[in-house]
Amino acid sequence: MTKGDPERPTATAAGHRPAVRWGSPLPERDREPGTVGPQRPAPDAAPTGRPPKSRALPLSRTPGATRANALHPGAWWIWALGLGTAASRTTNPLLLALLIAVAGFVVATHRSEAPWARSYTAFVKLAAAVLAIRLAFAVFLGSPIPGTHVIVTLPEIPLPHWAQGVRIGGRVTAEGLLFALYDGLKLAALLVCVGAANALANPARLLKSLPGALYEAGVAVVVALTFAPHLIADVQRLRAARRLRGRPDRGLRGLLHVGLPVLEGALERSVALAAAMDARGYGRTAQVPPAVRRTTGALTLGGLLGVCAGTYGLLTAAGDTYGLPVLLAGLGAALGGLWLGGRRSPRTRYRPDTWGVRAWLVAGSGVAVAALMTVAASYDPAALRPGVVPLVAPALPLWPAAAVLLGLLPAFVAPASQRTPAPEESS
Amino acid sequence: MIRFEDVSVTYAGAAEPTVRGVDFEVPEGELVLLVGPSGVGKSTVLGAVSGLVPHFTGGTLRGRVTVAGRDTRTHKPRELADVVGTVGQDPLSHFVTDTVEDELAYGMESLGLAPAVMRRRVEETLDLLSLADLRDRPIATLSGGQQQRVAIGSVLTPHPRVLVLDEPTSALDPAAAEEVLAVLQRLVHDLGTTVLMAEHRLERVVQYADRLALLPAPGAPLTLGTPSEIMAVSPVCPPVVELGRLAGWSPLPLTVRDARRRAGTLRERLSATPSKSAAVTKDPGPMAPTEGPGPTGLGDGPAATELGAGTGRAGDIESTGGTQPAAALPRPSAPPHPASPLASPFSSRFFRLPGRRTPGTAPSPAEVAVVEALAVRRGRVEALRRVDLTAGPGETIALMGRNGAGKSTLLGALVGLVEPAAGSVRVGGAVPHRMAPRDLVRRVGLVPQEPRDLLYADTVAAECAAADEDAGAGAGTCRALVSELLPDIADDTHPRDLSEGQRLALALAVVLTARPPLLLLDEPTRGLDYAAKARLVTVLRGLAAEGHAIVLATHDVELAAELAHRVVILADGEVVADGPTAEVVVASPSFAPQVAKILAPEPWLTVAQVRKALA
Repeated sequence: MTKGDPERPTATAAGHRPAVRWGSPLPERDREPGTVGPQRPAPDAAPTGRPPKSRALPLSRTPGATRANALHPGAWWIWALGLGTAASRTTNPLLLALLIAVAGFVVATHRSEAPWARSYTAFVKLAAAVLAIRLAFAVFLGSPIPGTHVIVTLPEIPLPHWAQGVRIGGRVTAEGLLFALYDGLKLAALLVCVGAANALANPARLLKSLPGALYEAGVAVVVALTFAPHLIADVQRLRAARRLRGRPDRGLRGLLHVGLPVLEGALERSVALAAAMDARGYGRTAQVPPAVRRTTGALTLGGLLGVCAGTYGLLTAAGDTYGLPVLLAGLGAALGGLWLGGRRSPRTRYRPDTWGVRAWLVAGSGVAVAALMTVAASYDPAALRPGVVPLVAPALPLWPAAAVLLGLLPAFVAPASQRTPAPEESS
Repeated sequence: MIRFEDVSVTYAGAAEPTVRGVDFEVPEGELVLLVGPSGVGKSTVLGAVSGLVPHFTGGTLRGRVTVAGRDTRTHKPRELADVVGTVGQDPLSHFVTDTVEDELAYGMESLGLAPAVMRRRVEETLDLLSLADLRDRPIATLSGGQQQRVAIGSVLTPHPRVLVLDEPTSALDPAAAEEVLAVLQRLVHDLGTTVLMAEHRLERVVQYADRLALLPAPGAPLTLGTPSEIMAVSPVCPPVVELGRLAGWSPLPLTVRDARRRAGTLRERLSATPSKSAAVTKDPGPMAPTEGPGPTGLGDGPAATELGAGTGRAGDIESTGGTQPAAALPRPSAPPHPASPLASPFSSRFFRLPGRRTPGTAPSPAEVAVVEALAVRRGRVEALRRVDLTAGPGETIALMGRNGAGKSTLLGALVGLVEPAAGSVRVGGAVPHRMAPRDLVRRVGLVPQEPRDLLYADTVAAECAAADEDAGAGAGTCRALVSELLPDIADDTHPRDLSEGQRLALALAVVLTARPPLLLLDEPTRGLDYAAKARLVTVLRGLAAEGHAIVLATHDVELAAELAHRVVILADGEVVADGPTAEVVVASPSFAPQVAKILAPEPWLTVAQVRKALA
């Protein structure tokens, strides 16, 4: 820790200087006046004074999201997982649709223009695909649900004796189809909730909450994740380039042909990034006394062994007396080792997200939805799991629906994102 | 501050050291510019300062490099991170995080600075580099100039005492380059940072340097001196210096301002020359495709080979200017007769285009490319709006404009990679994006920004064979083209081992194998040194003289001035200027070449024109 701040005095003076451009022979272009110098905020003043640039969102009077008031990404994940838990407690299509709508509404009001926010669309598509596949299975492979309302009878493929119990084609009943729809909708709602968390929480910011000893490994993971989009862009560019050579740019062969150049490019980029990270101090270690190092090793190793032994104890019938205590002790030792290991890394955190009132509200709303739904499931199971035999129209149970609506709270308390148009890079 | 003591670097597997006997010292607070043709080891010298050479790249470093008293032999790059900040050629491969503010803080976090210090320095740096408005933006959405500034800022926050930059402005448009250079100037003057940088586009940076370090040839010793001393002997130099050499000014001027002060008599002499009439006519003067009977660049041996000496480069420019008065040709796009002895030996052998119109006729329906009211959308962004463009045979058009203005999109539309949302694109009467790739290559060819995208094979010979097959050309066509462009290239060379210039030439040969009447080039001079650029100019002039229409998207105003008959400036997807080069570029302070700025109001654009007028 360089608490002493060995900074040179000239550096601090620079910020106070008005913007002067040295020796530039050309008139300046497209530079807004006042972006340099005079309006510099005091070092510890939070930069919330800036007015939001975008259109104000009609329904929320929350402040525009900036770095200073950004919601802790953990809060978004808890909220989304809460909604997901609620979705797993019911098969009522009306409740599930309500859950999807709630998650979708919050995403629509709070999604930023950042690249990770675009993943929501992908998750929605995935959810739709899951639903479609579930229905297709029910149609073609039949359903264990006995039903009387036959919609259509497909030609059944006769299967040999040993394949008994498997059916291809045959009767398609309304009951079976409906059951598949409810089931698929549950999965789809879960996926939409996870997608919402992905779109709302910045993965890199989540990383900042990791313990110090894991941070560097986490950076590697996040960097690896950002490489996937680059790889896709490379494939698209190189397939397009095939057209310039007079070769077909579509089809599988084209894809295979560009494989090697794409991998080459990705490898080169990784090496360049590794060099840049090294030159910027990635992996610097602090000197720690050998005793601390040894203790760290012992704690981590012992802790992991304890976790293994405890888990084994819990799972076998004989070990239910020692299982839990050993597991807990092992967990404690491993966490202690992790914490001590963090001392080896001199790294500090720049503006970690704070867990404030808004984060409590957002996370709390998710937990409340999950808890209320779980209670409702044991209190009134019939309403949450409408039967399909006999066919009945599902009713919307009032109290669980109200509980789901609690999940809308983030739309009103979380800072809304400011949409800045992303310029398209073309050259 | 930076001290090299008899340093030589040999990479693993290389027979000879890449740099040898480098011995110099950079005192604190100086901006030193490393100049030299490509392939002399500039990046190696820069890498040695940050310790990446040899700790990261491998190889053997002899001698000693010390930075702020720390020996790079005993200090790894990460242990030098608090004294040296390094920005490589491609800012995108430098970023670790995804937003501007986090990126600025990343280096400080690694060094373990206190949170309060980090916060203050980030705010200061945001202001210093005018990034305050972009602080929350994802880096992927920034323009090239903004990214470059973020990359510089990200190494600046730990307050390094030395800044090492490899080609910081090569990929930027003129205005963005100005922005970055102004920042560097400010760092040197206000904060006393020591800066060592390499840059091919000397016309942009040479006036900012306190001293120059010249690596004249591979393995040659490094010389350090004042800019005017070094420029007098350097094999690479910007147009202002070349003009100074031509006019015999001493000491050599390095800025347009210095040169203008001296240029009074030169201007008078030029306005009195008879060939002025040629330059002031609507015809943009000697740039018209008049091929002199003199020795044209490509075929003539060592002078034109890669890393050719400076004298060879000057000769190239001069000889292609030709001796025939440009006024003899009625319009710039009028090509000479294909079989005419005036045509360059290179092009006449391979490009006998059928059915071309004779000189002097009005624009016929045989325009090679016609773009009408073209609109292109990318998601919600309108990349192009109502763009009109025509290109006739033999005409060279330069597309200019800032990064992201839609230049590459327009080229993509011409070659059918991009589907128009409205309007029409016709190349040789056909719609490019509906054409089968096999037919397309015979009508239009594009050399992309990264020529490597076009090359798949692992040897030059295999690449040529594939190109012949793709284009349906006779065996050996492509290889003959390659031999013309790159006289001494071995068949079994891997395309990856070629230099930027050689790779561009190979990609150009591959594209030309199908003899497309319309040739498109996207940023062809990125990463090329002056010699490689001069050879490219010669080749393209030869092709234009043969009747190829050429459209090039470029930030390089000097290239546009040398080559283009017409300049089209794009801004935000719209054409804002379209006219003869002389008229368009002289009217704009950003796009005017140095010679035009020095000799204004006289209408000269390039040193070659002036040289010819004075001859």
